[in-house]
Amino acid sequence: MIPAGSLLAASGLRKAYGLTTALDGADFSIHPGEVVAVMGPSGSGKSTLLHCLAGILRPDAGTVRYDGRDLSALSDAERSALRRSEFGFVFQFGQLVPELTCLENAALPLRLTGTKRKDAEATALRWLEHLEVADVRHHRPGQISGGQQQRVAVARSLVTTPRVIFADEPTGALDSLNGERVLELLTKAARETRAAVVLVTHEARVAAYSDREVVVRDGRARDMAGVHGAA
Amino acid sequence: MSIAHTLLGLLEAGPRHGYDLKRAFDERFGHDRPLHYGQVYSTMSRLLKNGLVEVDGVEAGGGPERKRYAITDAGVTDVEQWLGRPEKPEPYLQSTLYTKVVLALLTGRPADAILDAQRAEHLRLMRDLTRRKSSGDLADQLICDHALFHLEADLRWLELTAARLDRLSKEVQA
Repeated sequence: MIPAGSLLAASGLRKAYGLTTALDGADFSIHPGEVVAVMGPSGSGKSTLLHCLAGILRPDAGTVRYDGRDLSALSDAERSALRRSEFGFVFQFGQLVPELTCLENAALPLRLTGTKRKDAEATALRWLEHLEVADVRHHRPGQISGGQQQRVAVARSLVTTPRVIFADEPTGALDSLNGERVLELLTKAARETRAAVVLVTHEARVAAYSDREVVVRDGRARDMAGVHGAA
Repeated sequence: MSIAHTLLGLLEAGPRHGYDLKRAFDERFGHDRPLHYGQVYSTMSRLLKNGLVEVDGVEAGGGPERKRYAITDAGVTDVEQWLGRPEKPEPYLQSTLYTKVVLALLTGRPADAILDAQRAEHLRLMRDLTRRKSSGDLADQLICDHALFHLEADLRWLELTAARLDRLSKEVQA
């Protein structure tokens, strides 16, 4: 059953890679402006769930509905267009194009959707300022620190004003101080723009930036909202 | 935390009245648990008796609360020794939670539900602390970080126990 008012919701997701079952009946839902942590040990199916929710992977069974549309009913091209215009992505490693400057990297999603260079870079610069990395806009990723690269990646995920941001271990490669600042800035920007954030993490300190958590274990996702009062 | 040493340390900056001491303590260290006046005065009279503080002045018409205290050389040495002495690491044994998990397994109740409920409760507190941290000053951040790291350690134990429940169940029922 899909909860009323949810922006993105999945029910009964199943996905196997050969004989290995990654998802075994996972349910999920998120509302606009909400930050939901997807927690669970390595290999539990967290990233597979994220990829199915984002329309990157097609589940073997179950449905994913985004803003009233069934993702599995869309063509590959339609899903790609949706990802470019309505979703933002932040991953743990290697997201920036090494040959481009930070400004060009941040502007890339807008360029791909046909925005003129000048306008795209003006918007990108605003987000780089927001993420406190405007001073490195003319640098290439190899010339700046890991923390700065991740902030540029977060800025890039926000330039299209996405309605859902998918963040898969976004601070996994950063030290505590840098990681926390990136999380603060990401969640603050998301709340300001009413974007929903699916935050995949195995770290409790990262999950503490969310509004609620969903725990994935053995391919099943369990919303923990119901157990809060039980403790 | 040693309240006596903390009050002594606060006196190193200069003499203060008991009320000022309480206020300085609460402001810096008493976020959740402000000191009672009684605690301050009983601690100060003990420090006075032990020669670690002295009365620097008494305001006219004053009872004991009007005394101004100053740290003595012996007091400064005592603070110095306390600061230099490492605290005894106290491994927080998860005795209550461990007992609950084992009892649940012994009685055929769902032990994973206990761990889930505890995880949710820990995360609820971690969210509060994270919010407080982002709106607070540096002192708030440091205090909240300390609590957050400890709660995170508990949660790692919870996750590890959750992953070992099958094995624990077999051992408990053997």
